[in-house]
Amino acid sequence: MSCNCCKGMITEDPRFAELDAFIASAKSTPGSLISVLHKAQHLFGFLPEEVLQHIAAGLQIPPAEVYGVVTFYNYFSTEPVGRFPISVCMGTACYVQGADRVLAKIESELGIKTGQVTDDGLFSLVSCRCVGACGLAPVITIGGEVHGKLTEHDVPKLLAEIRQQAIADGLVEAPVQEPVAAGSDK
Amino acid sequence: MINLTIDRKQVQVESGTTVLEAARSMGVNIPTLCYLKNINKIGACRMCLVEVKGARGLQTSCTTPCTEGMEVTTNNTAVRAARKLVLELLLSDHNMECPTCVRAGNCELLQLSQEHGVSGIRYEGEKHAAHCDCDSPSLSIDSSKCVLCQRCVAVCREVQGVSAISLVGRGFESAVTPFWKTSIDAAACALCGQCTLVCPTGALTEKDDTEKVWAALMDPTKHVIVQTAPATRVAIGEMFGMPHGAIATGQMVAAIRSLGFDRVFDTNFSADLTIMEEASELVSRLQNGGPLPLITSCSPGWVKYAEHFFPDQLDHLSSCKSPQQMFGAIAKTYYAEKQGIDPKDIVSVSIMPCTAKKFEAARDEMNASGYQDVDYVLTTRELGRMIKQAGLNLAKLRPEEYDVPLGIGTGAGQIFGTTGGVMEAAMRTAAAWLGGTDMPRLTFQEVRGEVAGIREATVVINGNVFFLAIANGLAAAGRIMEKIKAGDTRYHFVEIMGCPGGCIGGGGQPIPSEGPDALEEVRLARIKSMYAIDEAQTIRRSHENPAIQELYREFLGAPLSHKSHELLHTHYHGRGPAGVRKAAAASGVKK
Ligand code: SF4
Ligand code: SF4
Ligand code: SF4
Ligand code: FES
Ligand code: FES
Repeated sequence: MSCNCCKGMITEDPRFAELDAFIASAKSTPGSLISVLHKAQHLFGFLPEEVLQHIAAGLQIPPAEVYGVVTFYNYFSTEPVGRFPISVCMGTACYVQGADRVLAKIESELGIKTGQVTDDGLFSLVSCRCVGACGLAPVITIGGEVHGKLTEHDVPKLLAEIRQQAIADGLVEAPVQEPVAAGSDK
Repeated sequence: MINLTIDRKQVQVESGTTVLEAARSMGVNIPTLCYLKNINKIGACRMCLVEVKGARGLQTSCTTPCTEGMEVTTNNTAVRAARKLVLELLLSDHNMECPTCVRAGNCELLQLSQEHGVSGIRYEGEKHAAHCDCDSPSLSIDSSKCVLCQRCVAVCREVQGVSAISLVGRGFESAVTPFWKTSIDAAACALCGQCTLVCPTGALTEKDDTEKVWAALMDPTKHVIVQTAPATRVAIGEMFGMPHGAIATGQMVAAIRSLGFDRVFDTNFSADLTIMEEASELVSRLQNGGPLPLITSCSPGWVKYAEHFFPDQLDHLSSCKSPQQMFGAIAKTYYAEKQGIDPKDIVSVSIMPCTAKKFEAARDEMNASGYQDVDYVLTTRELGRMIKQAGLNLAKLRPEEYDVPLGIGTGAGQIFGTTGGVMEAAMRTAAAWLGGTDMPRLTFQEVRGEVAGIREATVVINGNVFFLAIANGLAAAGRIMEKIKAGDTRYHFVEIMGCPGGCIGGGGQPIPSEGPDALEEVRLARIKSMYAIDEAQTIRRSHENPAIQELYREFLGAPLSHKSHELLHTHYHGRGPAGVRKAAAASGVKK
């Protein structure tokens, strides 16, 4: 089975060889799609378009069906995710309390837009609908942890704390410059 | 057999029957939205709730099997309230622009709401983000009217074997879209429109081109001509209260003329022309060693499917353009010349049972005349709407005749619109050409037959043996293509039509007011009428069509001549994204 949807990067990227081996071993088991998706997410960190097309061709499941399954489960992501995924609630209560300003501040602090991931892979950013904590509005979650009653002025300190902890834990290297400047000089 | 009571009446059903099926068999019509007979049973919409004695809560009757001694109540206060609630919740998240919606006349959501006495929306809740995908020349998907019943998804997967779309996301993010939320225009979709036939609402519809045609009709500088496909005349009457399959040829011609078209022509004419070219191509391939089998190419849904799914098999496809495109090329050359009209002033419209024909007319290859050969394609449904807008009651019009010469067609051209028809038309001409008898065969019962499937036949004409196969519906097309791809070379000639039943079941045909479960019966009624029209015709072989003979004499020369090649033949190319056909082993994987 050859996949004619994939361009150069795929043949060169060794992770595809590993994925192919896994597909070959899983193929005959009914319901193998979920385990293949887990494997792929583990290998690539998220599930990009080319990877899903590759899986679809490999398992002979139409891409639209694969995509339906991927988007049904919360634990699959089609966007790159950082170690600390940030999700900003844009539900009505949070919006009224200034969630858009919080989001804008996070974007400028990190130098990324919604749906992107920072270069060091530490943070990624999405907005979401009501998370059911309207009493704490505006609410954001960072790596699953809820931070409520936040103003845009709290954002720099919060992010800096997480980054410092990550540096201390050896998750990322200490930046040459202060993190505040990191986003603005590109 | 299982005994149960439904609304205090005893009923006996086979084991495996659902409560819904049992109730319907005794005339109790439980309302449904997501259910589609033999195709979709997912229990998603909860419209079909009933009370089952002893069970906790109400049950979805479409997924509940009958059991011995079961006592079912389909109509009481609790059931009525629950169904009404389902509707109210759907409507609270619905873009209710009914007065401007093309489905207002036969929308199942609207109808159910009225039947259930939904009088106001009690819930003002969160709504789905509305998104309208209008990039495709054939289809539009308006998510703000989607009730997520997934009937479209099921038809595309089960009947067509394409799986171009699926339910994506969850909660208020969910929508029916192709892979990676691309436009349907950028997907491995055949644009066959079968999904539009089963959509209960105005969410999935044909792209409407009626305004463009009205504009052309109102432009005095344009000579506006029209061709009508064989299958349209046995379907359009349904939109005007005529029975399923009613033959309304003359009334349709009269209505179209009243709309202001300058000439009303017939695709049956160019279907005959297709037979001349395609039969000659078959003979030439038989003599020159292939490639065989020759596969028909008159169904643009099938052609687009092949380009996505079988890009390495395209040399099997006949190089003949479809009858629609042959007509277009001839109209802006031969006809223009004959009438002394500058082709740039001709607007060529076609009335088709098909959404994929809109895409076909817009293909880059389709401008052999130096102009776009066919300017606008309307589905049968759009024509019906235009006739209504003009205030005409088609059923009451006095029948009129097609114009000459491009309105002359034979019985062979007529049956192009049903599965097996192209094959039979080709065999009629072959039987006459290959001779051996004064009474060449006219009827080839062996190529006629069932909807959505494959059949094979062997026809012997004067010692010549033809191995034939006929497939209709894209799932069947996929199956026969797998065989051919694997090197099964027994067949000489294969007819493939993208829609179940052929064009009579096309994605642009009127939608039965009884709902999609009636489609099966509707298709059979239309097929019957197609053969009835053929039988009533005096000329029933394509090569005997006097207008076709004249066309070759005056203009084309002979079939496969240089001019024929220029105007009537085309080529195909692999198309991204590549389609992936579901492996048998993968079929257990469902969400
Ligand atoms: S789909 Fe039905 S309910 Fe919705 S706007 Fe159209 S007619 Fe009205
Ligand atoms: S047009 Fe045909 S192939 Fe495309 S989504 Fe609809 S049913 Fe599937
Ligand atoms: S587009 Fe139509 S058929 Fe498809 S899920 Fe939505 S409402 Fe149902
Ligand atoms: S609106 Fe943000 S938690 Fe409800
Ligand atoms: S029809 Fe039974 S749940 Fe939709």
